[in-house]
Amino acid sequence: MHDILTTCVYCGCGCGVYLHERRGQVVGSSPSRNHPVSRNNLCVKGWHLHEFIHHPDRLTQPLMRKNGRLTPVDWDEAMSYAARELGRIATESDGKAVGLLSSAKCTNEENYLLQKMARAALHTNNIDHCARL
Amino acid sequence: MAGLATTFGSGAMTNSINEIENAQVMLVIGSNTSEAHPQVARRIFAAMDRGARLIVVDPRRTLMAKRADIHLALRPGTDIPLLNAMMRIILDDNLADDLFIEMRTENFYGLRDMLFRIDLDETARITGVELAGIRAAARLYGRAQKAVICYCLGITQHVCGTGNVQAIANLAMLTGNVEKEDTGVDPLRGQNNVQGACDMGALPNVFPSYQQVDIDDFREKFERAWHVPLPSQPGLTLMEMTHGGKDGPLKAMFIMGENPMLSDPVIARVRETLDNLEFLLVADIFLTETAARAHVVLPAASFAEKTGTFTNSERRVQMVRRVIPPLGQSRTDADIIMELSGRLGYAMDYESPAEIMEEIAMLAPIYGGMQHDRLENSWGLQWPCWDRSHPGTPFLHKYYFTRGKGRFVPAEYKPPDELPDDDYPFLLITGRIYHQYHTGTMTRRSAQLCREAGEALLQLHPEDGRRLGVRSGDLVRMRSRRGEVQVKAQLTDAVQAGEVYTTFHFSEMPINLLTSSARDHFSQCPEYKICAVHLAKV
Repeated sequence: MHDILTTCVYCGCGCGVYLHERRGQVVGSSPSRNHPVSRNNLCVKGWHLHEFIHHPDRLTQPLMRKNGRLTPVDWDEAMSYAARELGRIATESDGKAVGLLSSAKCTNEENYLLQKMARAALHTNNIDHCARL
Repeated sequence: MAGLATTFGSGAMTNSINEIENAQVMLVIGSNTSEAHPQVARRIFAAMDRGARLIVVDPRRTLMAKRADIHLALRPGTDIPLLNAMMRIILDDNLADDLFIEMRTENFYGLRDMLFRIDLDETARITGVELAGIRAAARLYGRAQKAVICYCLGITQHVCGTGNVQAIANLAMLTGNVEKEDTGVDPLRGQNNVQGACDMGALPNVFPSYQQVDIDDFREKFERAWHVPLPSQPGLTLMEMTHGGKDGPLKAMFIMGENPMLSDPVIARVRETLDNLEFLLVADIFLTETAARAHVVLPAASFAEKTGTFTNSERRVQMVRRVIPPLGQSRTDADIIMELSGRLGYAMDYESPAEIMEEIAMLAPIYGGMQHDRLENSWGLQWPCWDRSHPGTPFLHKYYFTRGKGRFVPAEYKPPDELPDDDYPFLLITGRIYHQYHTGTMTRRSAQLCREAGEALLQLHPEDGRRLGVRSGDLVRMRSRRGEVQVKAQLTDAVQAGEVYTTFHFSEMPINLLTSSARDHFSQCPEYKICAVHLAKV
C-alpha cells in the first residue's frame, strides 16, 4: 500500500490530496496536511474522490458505431477510422467544418496538445471548452 | 473573463485563496461559495472569526447569506444597477481613492459622468433592495483598507455578464482595492482546470498564454515553433459549435471529456446538432449522454492514471501524479491526441508530459518558468512565472495593471432576456449543490455522495407552494418555452416568492432542456441564471 500526492479533480480550489493505492486499486483519499489550499481539510467530494475511478461503468475499450450500435473494436480500427473521417472533412473544408471541445478536466499538457492538433494538424481555430458553463 | 480583460488586462483571480483570510471586508456576489468552493468559504469564515465583515449579494438566502453582516437579496439580473449605486454612494461620501484613480487608472470621468446620472430611488425600485442596505454595504466596502470581492457564475451567466464584471472591477478600482496583498477581485473558477484550459489556448481566439491568433507576430512565432502554417481567423465558440442545428457550420467534432448533452442550454438544439454531424468522436472515461451519440468512442484514463499539471483558480500550477496504470485498454488523452495527430499527418513525439511542459514554457510567457522538476518539489507555482528563477506571483497588478493602466468601463443596466409573464410566471435560477459536481458523470457514481444528495430538488417558496397546492416532496411539472421536466419540490424560504431554483447535475431531470440560449454578446456565456417557467402540480 502506498499513498501518492496529487491534485483534486473537482472544483477550482485545487486541494492537495493523497490517493491510497493497494494492489492496483485506488481505495481511499485524504488531505495533504501542509498543502496551502487544503491544509489538512477536504470537502465531501474530496473525501470520496477515489470512488468513481474503479466504477464498473468505466469505458475500457474503444467503441465504434456499426449498424447503429456502439460495438467494441480494437484501437487500430477506431483510430484509423477516426483519423480518416476527421482528416477528410478538415481537408474538404479547409478546417472550417471541424470543431473540437477540450476539457477543463484534462491536464494542461493535454489541453496544449489538443489545441496544437486543432491548429497544426486540422488547420482550424474551432476549439473551445466549457469555461462559460 | 472578457470583463476583467478589458479593465485590468488579465482575466484571473488577482489574489491567492489564503489571502482572503486577511481581508477586512469581503463582498461575495453571485457565488454560492460554501457549496461550490468550500475552501474559499473556509477562508471567508476564518476571516470573520478575526473580525472581518461579510457582504453577500444574492437573490437566494444561501448559507453565506445567512452568515453575512449585510445580505442584499436583489432581483436576479440587477447586479449592475446595484453596483453602480454603491459606487455613486462611495463618490457622494468621498470614499473614493483619488490617488489610486489618478496614478493607476484611466477613463474615470467616463464612469463619474455615468454615475452622476443615476437616480438612487430608481435603483432601489429596479433591484428590489432598500436603499439603506445598499448604502450600508457601500460604506462598509468603501471604508475598508483591505477588501476582497469574490464572484462566480452568478455574475457571468447573464446576458449582461461582461457588464457585471466590469461594474465589479470599477468598484474595486474606485476604492483602490486592487494591487495589494489581501485585496482584490477574485473570480472563482468552477472546474479544477478551467483556468489551465484557458491558459493553454483551448479557446477559439488565442494561442497559449492569451496570444491572439489574428496578430501576425504571435502567429508567426507559433508557425516557426510548430513548422506549419496556421489559420489566422478566430474560430467558433462552444455555443456556435453545439447550437448550429441541422444546417450548422460543422460536419465533424472531436469532444474530449465534455458532456454538452447535459451541460449546454437548449439540449434539444444540441441533440439536433450532434445527430446531424457526419462524424462525432468522443473521448471520455464514461459513456456520457454525449458519448452515446458518437460514431467512435475512445476510452480515456482518469486523473489517477496520468501525470501532468492542473492550474487552480488562484493560478497555481500543480502536479497531478499517476497512481495506477490506465484501466483496461484505456489511454491517457495525451496518448490519444499524439496518435491521432500522427495519423492525421502531423507527428507529435513527446516522451513524457514533462517534455510537453517544456515546450509550453518556451511558447507561453506566463508559464515561462514552469517545468515539472520545479513543480515536483513545491506546492506548485502561480503564474505569471517568467523564467526558471522566478518565484511565481501570489497577487496580480502590483505597481501596474497587466494592460498598463486600469480602465474604467462604465456598465449600464441591461434587463435579462426572458422575464416572467402571465404564461410563464416563475423565474428559474440554475446552479450547483455541495454533494454533486457538474453533469454528475463522476459524483453520480459515488454511493456516499448520492446518499447525501441523490436527486434533483426544486426550491420553491412556501407561499408559492400553498398557492399551487404543492408540498415538499410533491412532483411538479415545470415548463418553459423550450421544454418540460418533472421535478420534486422542496419548500424553503431560501428563495424569494416568484423565484425557483434547481441544479443541472441530474440526467433524469435535464434542466437545460428549459434554459434559454440567450447569451452575453462579448463572452458568449449563456444566461443560465434566468429564464421564465410555468409550474403545475402533477
